[in-house]
Amino acid sequence: MTSPHAKKMAAFKVCVIPSDLKEAHRPKELVMQALRRKGFSEQDIFGIKLALEEALTNAVKHGNRNDSTKTVTVRYRVTTRQVVLVVRDEGPGFEPEQVPDCRQPDRLPLPNGRGIMLIRAYMDEVSFCDNGRELYLVKHRFGKASAHD
Amino acid sequence: MSEQPTHLSVREQNGVHVVEFSDRKILEELSISEIGEEFSSLVQDRQGIKLLVSFRNVEHLSSAALGMLITLNRQIDENDGSLKLSDIAPPIFEVFKITRLNKLFDIYDKVEDALNMF
Repeated sequence: MTSPHAKKMAAFKVCVIPSDLKEAHRPKELVMQALRRKGFSEQDIFGIKLALEEALTNAVKHGNRNDSTKTVTVRYRVTTRQVVLVVRDEGPGFEPEQVPDCRQPDRLPLPNGRGIMLIRAYMDEVSFCDNGRELYLVKHRFGKASAHD
Repeated sequence: MSEQPTHLSVREQNGVHVVEFSDRKILEELSISEIGEEFSSLVQDRQGIKLLVSFRNVEHLSSAALGMLITLNRQIDENDGSLKLSDIAPPIFEVFKITRLNKLFDIYDKVEDALNMF
């Protein structure tokens, strides 16, 4: 299925990793280097790094079920005004709306289920497509008012 | 001869096991799993353990690290022990607040503040 963002992503940089979390440092390092070159604050970098880490973990563990025959593709574009990240796995998909709220009192003692919540907390735009296989993230450097890049 | 943990440094102070992380970034799943095993070794068979985990060197952590801490909290609780956290930098504390885990854990600014509360 073609991503609805395919046209925009033509100019994006790409990093493909196998379904192995030991490889996740590669796209993270590339994105972090680009963020620093473009002058993003350490505060923003902290949140973007965390969101990307969670997205990669979800793609490898839950999307691709650690299947070594599957890959995770990270596309990214960093400008002085925003960063756009697209993380895609090759798994069966899922329904993000079905993920329970980890902040409910009965779920606080559970060790899992916080990844998507943290992604939504630190990124300005979060959307899933292709049945949850593709995650589209945007962080505006100067707040949502600078959205028109 | 007992094996020294590699991800954690442990010392005893006033009957409290004070733990610091050797890694500045508790992100990678593999090291989180190893850290969890080191914690388990530390707390198992230590009924009533008083454990203080200082985040003094920590710059980043992921939700998997939070899960590891939750598991640790449960293990200590099952052993009738007590767990406190301290020295959490503001960006990291924000993660605890966003996930409301600041309600689950007993968190203090400094080691000294936490030691007085065991």
